[in-house]
Amino acid sequence: MWAVATLVFFMLRAVPGDPMLAMVFDTGDPAAADEMRRDFGLDQPVYVQYVKYFLQVMQGNLGTSIYGSRVPVSRIVAEAFPRTMSLAVLSFLLATLIAVPAGLISALKKHTPIDHGVTLVAFIGLSMPDFWLAILLIIVFAAQLNWLPAVGYVPLAQGFWPWFSHLILPTIAIGTPFAAIIARMIRSSMLEVLKSDFMRVSRSKGLLEKRLLLVHAFPNALIPVVTVMGIALALLMAGTVVVENVFAIKGLGRVLIQGILNRDYPVVQGAILVVSAIFVFSNLLVDALYTVIDPRIRYD
Amino acid sequence: MAEATVNEPLNSEDTYRRPSHVQLWRRQLLRDKKALVGSIILTLLVLCAVFAYWITPYDPNAMDFDMIMRPSWAHLLGTDDLGRDLLSRLIYGARVSLFVGFSTVAISLVAGVALGVAAGFFGGWIDTIIMRYIDLQWAFPNFIIAVYLVAVFGTGLSNVIIAISLAFVDDFARIARGMVLTIREEQYVAAARTLGASNNRIMWRHILPNSMAPLIVQATISVSYAILAEAGLSFLGLGVQASTPTWGLILAESRSFISRAWWLGVFPGFSIMITVLSINFLGDALRDVLDVKEVKEPG
Repeated sequence: MWAVATLVFFMLRAVPGDPMLAMVFDTGDPAAADEMRRDFGLDQPVYVQYVKYFLQVMQGNLGTSIYGSRVPVSRIVAEAFPRTMSLAVLSFLLATLIAVPAGLISALKKHTPIDHGVTLVAFIGLSMPDFWLAILLIIVFAAQLNWLPAVGYVPLAQGFWPWFSHLILPTIAIGTPFAAIIARMIRSSMLEVLKSDFMRVSRSKGLLEKRLLLVHAFPNALIPVVTVMGIALALLMAGTVVVENVFAIKGLGRVLIQGILNRDYPVVQGAILVVSAIFVFSNLLVDALYTVIDPRIRYD
Repeated sequence: MAEATVNEPLNSEDTYRRPSHVQLWRRQLLRDKKALVGSIILTLLVLCAVFAYWITPYDPNAMDFDMIMRPSWAHLLGTDDLGRDLLSRLIYGARVSLFVGFSTVAISLVAGVALGVAAGFFGGWIDTIIMRYIDLQWAFPNFIIAVYLVAVFGTGLSNVIIAISLAFVDDFARIARGMVLTIREEQYVAAARTLGASNNRIMWRHILPNSMAPLIVQATISVSYAILAEAGLSFLGLGVQASTPTWGLILAESRSFISRAWWLGVFPGFSIMITVLSINFLGDALRDVLDVKEVKEPG
């Protein structure tokens, strides 16, 4: 995380183009730009800026937005965080609900029409850009049928349904491609397990098929699946970045993209820092989950 | 005399030549339905992109008073808010998508393999430095890295290509390094070394050809993800200039007319999907034929 923050900090400053000049372009007054630069400390040498930034971040201060109103970045990020998390958690649940049964059935009914059907649908899901699915959903359910709101976000505090109804379409848009990836991986890891020696032994012991699959095969297929979930969680974050922009949900993704488009350094840095933190945390979570699923894995 | 007949060379017609690996792969690939469908669609798309100038019914940027027209015989896929023909714009959009898809993967393949082979072959501090960087990149999805990099470099075609290429480097570097570490221990490499082969020769003649299979599969799948990444960046306004018709950009523009013009939202996305699907079919078939297990879904 520190490495990413540092890299981004220096790379942003290495780019040609001065955000201050761009901002005062309309007034055409270079003195105003100088003044603003002093205000934000951008007139100091880069290493001084870096040390200052780093010390501030350690104290939880991410600086203030330099574009438009000078809102503290920590407040922008704090407002965006629950939106992105709501979206991420719901999409994750939806994807798991679709993918686990689909992957298992497809593995157990290998090379049957059901398997081929699931595989084809998964392929389409993998190939469909999530922002396109988002637009299709808006066309059908918001513009034509008027069933659900097309854009925006309502906090959970204002009631469950208003919150949930705004998140249904984005959740489907993010969750579906993600389900396709997980389903394919569950299928292949389950097939691997079904071929293994201990399954043959269990089967020759005469165990019931149901018990065999649920007690012996599935838990063993879970290890690679959890790894996949970890990777997929990262992909899901990438999905939220784009889909938030389609549905005008001011989550971390939209904050990041708006920051980039406005050349708002502190906001871009803050958003990248938080997004990176989510990745690091989800990787840790996956590692911790391993020890729960497979007691043989121990971290010293 | 009898011995002489035994040693006589056989007629060329009678000789049985064992088919090479490449021939075997090709045969298997031709039998695979997914590969067949994928390559037919992809070939058609590439032809469309190459001959865009001759096959498009209208100039992709020519404006007209027929604004927001439904699909009709005059405009097969309808027109946009400026009266531009959607079909012509989509055909030109294929150029950008395919060009970005193939060029980024070519760049990241070469760069990634160079890094991976160097890390695996030399080991020591070179390996440590390269792998630290690769691990850092590995922790993030490629699309997010591409967004970070565009944030730094700025938009435009060449910056988008650089950003996406850099974002995909780690996938190839990891595979190449892994293959080098495995192959380095093989007896034929030890034999070549005993015979006095140089590092260079071992790398080019022995290690690279033997690590081709997983790289080919990863490259194919990466093309589809690079196309998705380009479309995503264009869609967010971080892609190629607004004057160039790209699928992502046309989709982004369609959002303002979502309630009036469904065709503007449906067809560009369908073009992206069908292109990515055809490449994914091909990649999956290659994965089966070349028997490659470890491929990262780059996302």
